[in-house]
Amino acid sequence: MVRAYVLLAWTWLRASAQYPASLVLLTLGSFVINGLDVAAIWVIFAHTRTLAGFTLPEVMFLYGTAGVSFALADLLFGNVERLSQHIRAGTFDTMLIRPVSPFVQMAADRFGPHRLGRVAQAVAVLAIALAQLAVPGSRAWMIPLMILCGTAIFAAVFALGGALQFLLTDAPEVANAFTYGGSQLTQYPLSVYGEQLVRGVTFVLPLAFVNWQPSLYVLDRDDPLGLPGWLRFASPVAALVLGGAAALAWRAGLRRYRSTGS
Amino acid sequence: MIKAEELGRTFKVRRAVVHAVRDLSFTVGPGEFVGCLGPNGAGKSTTIKMLTGILAPSAGRVVVAGLDPARKRKALARRIGVVFGQRTTLWWDLPLRDSFELIRLLYKVDRVRFRERLDELCAILDLGDFLKTPVRQLSLGQRMRGDMAAALLHDPDLLVLDEPTIGLDVVSKAGVREFLLRMNAERGTTVLLTTHDLGDIEKLCRRVLLIDHGRLAFDGSVAGLRALAPEETSIEDVVTRLYLSSTPAGSPRIRPLPPAGGPPSGMA
Repeated sequence: MVRAYVLLAWTWLRASAQYPASLVLLTLGSFVINGLDVAAIWVIFAHTRTLAGFTLPEVMFLYGTAGVSFALADLLFGNVERLSQHIRAGTFDTMLIRPVSPFVQMAADRFGPHRLGRVAQAVAVLAIALAQLAVPGSRAWMIPLMILCGTAIFAAVFALGGALQFLLTDAPEVANAFTYGGSQLTQYPLSVYGEQLVRGVTFVLPLAFVNWQPSLYVLDRDDPLGLPGWLRFASPVAALVLGGAAALAWRAGLRRYRSTGS
Repeated sequence: MIKAEELGRTFKVRRAVVHAVRDLSFTVGPGEFVGCLGPNGAGKSTTIKMLTGILAPSAGRVVVAGLDPARKRKALARRIGVVFGQRTTLWWDLPLRDSFELIRLLYKVDRVRFRERLDELCAILDLGDFLKTPVRQLSLGQRMRGDMAAALLHDPDLLVLDEPTIGLDVVSKAGVREFLLRMNAERGTTVLLTTHDLGDIEKLCRRVLLIDHGRLAFDGSVAGLRALAPEETSIEDVVTRLYLSSTPAGSPRIRPLPPAGGPPSGMA
């Protein structure tokens, strides 16, 4: 799986190197557009000292961890969202005649380094936040773990979105609500949203485990909603459960695949 | 090589159930050269897709190269070669040679055997001149030769081609046909192709399967097909008569999904 992914990604990378100007512009564009997100946070803090009880460096920490997780998942698996295009064009059929999982082929399809622009931007924000927070080493171990789990959770959301496109071939945007919507949602302290929404993203679609719950541990905060303390260590479980659900959904979708005429 | 038993595939189109293929039974032995004929929407492509594991059948069973295609799709992919006349499986922006190298790695073909195989295919298909050309710059005839080489690099036992001569000029067509005959004769590769070109059928196929309204309407030799309408002189007239006289056995002709959206991106 990994070998096939690397081979395909390398191939697409060389293909995209055929258009170097486009590559550079896309990378820069992605960096700048995502930079505007951070500007939005600064605008908010120009009017208030805290956001739902969180200071600017803390909000930047939440933004940075969610951003790095999402950007890595997007870099590695984000192209799965193009499934419906491939189904309609008939090119998904050509993936099914290869001795490689179509999920791997979809994920590596048009692998582009321009997505690194988003990763770089999120890493920069996280670095700035960490420099100001001075997280003690006894709690900092959680940071790499939460980024790993967050990446896995977003990857699973991408896979679920892809699986949905087997059914809703004409409505790929439905999946965007969960992928990009999830990314936007986790950029702010979840306590700014309504309690029902927070419970939903904790217990139904577990986006709260991307960064919110583990961040409460890293930042040594009480849960504003008073949810049990063990939840902040539950990210690996959430990632595994959601990953398993995504794998099942993808397989079910593939079985229902209808191809196109001709 | 292929054994289909009462194979069927239905599609739900706006709550109506459409039988694209039904009760299709046939076997193809090793080394056979079989042509699949039928009007548009008859179920040829759906059949090919079930044989290659792209679509799961909704009824009956099929075994290809000893494997259940829908369940053992990846294992089957190593044993068969598939060519789509209407879309390429090559990498659009890369030189042909790079697509071949990637296929070698994906199919885990031994380097020495790959080298021999590629040299052989290059000689027969005359690929030498454009191995370093990006696929997007190839003519349709060149691209089709490249696609056929790509499908045969891993030395499959069965070659399945969906309209391999569509859109080709007479010279390219002749080249493709000669190549397929040679692979079949020299390597013993079993060939199954679909076509609307009756020249393909006459020049290539020792056996014809006529599919109509998702059912097998005829299975036999080209001579046997002609004998169905002995008063007609050309094979075109025979087939025209057969198509016109076909009766819809309970189900309307329909495509599984309407082709929507823009032009194919990347690999067209």
